[in-house]
Amino acid sequence: MQLTLEFGGGLELLCDSVKSHNINVDPQDGEEQLTMKNLLSWVRANVIKERPEMFMKGDSVRPGVLVLVNDTDWELSGQLETVLEEKDNVVFISTLHGG
Amino acid sequence: MDSNGVEAARIRQEIDSLKSNKRNIEQQISSLEAQLNQLEVNSSTVCPQPLSNGDLNNSNGLSPDMIYRYSRHLLLPSFGVQGQANLLKSSVLVIGAGGLGSPALLYLAACGVGRIGIVDHDVVELNNLQRQIIHTEAYIGKSKVESAAATCHSINSSTQIVEHREAFRTSNALEIVSNFLSCFRRAVILTFPCLLISLRYDVVVDATDNAPSRYMINDCCVVLGKPLVSGAALGLEGQLTVYNYNGGPCYRCLFPTPPPTNACQRCADSGVLGVVPGVIGCLQALEAIKVASLVGEPLSGRMLLLDALSGRFRNVKLRGRSLQCEACGDDAVLTRQTFLEFDYEKFTQTPLSTGPLKLNFLSPDDRISSKEYNEKVTKGEAHVLVDVRPTHHYKIVSLPNSMNIPLSTLEGRLPEISAALEKEANKENGSNASLFVICRRGNDSQVAVELLHKLGFTSAKDIIGGLESWTHNVDPKFPTY
Repeated sequence: MQLTLEFGGGLELLCDSVKSHNINVDPQDGEEQLTMKNLLSWVRANVIKERPEMFMKGDSVRPGVLVLVNDTDWELSGQLETVLEEKDNVVFISTLHGG
Repeated sequence: MDSNGVEAARIRQEIDSLKSNKRNIEQQISSLEAQLNQLEVNSSTVCPQPLSNGDLNNSNGLSPDMIYRYSRHLLLPSFGVQGQANLLKSSVLVIGAGGLGSPALLYLAACGVGRIGIVDHDVVELNNLQRQIIHTEAYIGKSKVESAAATCHSINSSTQIVEHREAFRTSNALEIVSNFLSCFRRAVILTFPCLLISLRYDVVVDATDNAPSRYMINDCCVVLGKPLVSGAALGLEGQLTVYNYNGGPCYRCLFPTPPPTNACQRCADSGVLGVVPGVIGCLQALEAIKVASLVGEPLSGRMLLLDALSGRFRNVKLRGRSLQCEACGDDAVLTRQTFLEFDYEKFTQTPLSTGPLKLNFLSPDDRISSKEYNEKVTKGEAHVLVDVRPTHHYKIVSLPNSMNIPLSTLEGRLPEISAALEKEANKENGSNASLFVICRRGNDSQVAVELLHKLGFTSAKDIIGGLESWTHNVDPKFPTY
């Protein structure tokens, strides 16, 4: 399954300052669907290069990170249970406080 | 050389004398402006114009001057007389007169918001001017609120500017935003009942720069039922949304748990391209104008994300109000009283004031002051100075004969340090060379020294206070940033 991942608000610093990633990831053995929960652990293992604790807490993202699936807050699509589809766009963005 | 020196001294003296004259004249102007302001405030609040009661269709309540000044607004069919009249009756509180607040205030003053409040406790500094475009060089060292108010007044003297030269805290927040009165003000209001109306704000603009302020301002707006226009900018990115508007989500609905402290970068550490908060601040003014004039569709339940580097705006759909939200949810416990008692610094593990972090965890034996280091350099003692700042910092300015090994690469570059120490020791016929570590402010250098000790460089010492201390205590001409 082809997905586009984007990191912003400083999270790109955890993956060699690369903001956009075209990835190819398939559901785990025995599973038919790829959920956000699966994707997060895949991202942690394959995309995040340093300080994974700045990206995740437990099996979800750390506080202060907004997750958008096709430009919509993942709260509206089922959070960790969100089922991903071919060509989906997933954005991880850290909330900014500066001004 | 000598005659040049004398000439330079004479010019410096002349500049100082002119600057002093300039300060005096500016003080006189400020004082006169304040008097004039007060006269206008009194006449407008004690004897209100029949604006609110006037029949807006027949005589629309706009004076000839107003019609001329705001003609381009009045010509907009979707904004028109009604939008302008709403704006003229409205009041907006801008918290923070920095990178976001500067452009927001300029547009809010220009567009004819009836009353603008400005909250900030800070003074203007030279390194603000790259982005805080409401301030000018003449105001360096003076209150940001005073400076911003003067600029707003010079753009539009018919807008009332209220100066709140104080930090926004739980102790004064409710009073500033909503007229939650102190005894003194109550006495004043009993005498001048018209003032009651004049102290309330319809819309709040969060133009602050830290996490605890953002939670505090959100909660204050929820308690008082005020819409909140929230903007943020850092580096080359910006974010914008409207909270607590018409049943939409609040900041806590989105971020119920504060982020870890080390996830909160500051412009003073990470940098920011001036125009980025400029763009977001302008958009905050736009959203405040929409809310105040009752025109258009405010950015509630949505967020605008700006990636300046790629020139992309992204408009995303956010969750709605959370029923479990601790501030605005169905069982929310937030009241005026709990707001007053809430410790936002503890909640976010971040101080409300934006001063830099000052760590001090190494033993005094493992540290030396910048003065002591300078003495060692002057005596020509054998040593190696490692500067652990990121390379792009090192390129701004560095001490002579220092070697740049960024903290993040330190572990992999120990052989370079060993080689440098050996070379230095050979110069001194085999005696040991000392190892010193420096950074910008003396935090990372401590982390580096601790790491070096663990890795066998047990004599490494850090320079207390870093390059900032070098400027303050050794060489005032050494640039700070």
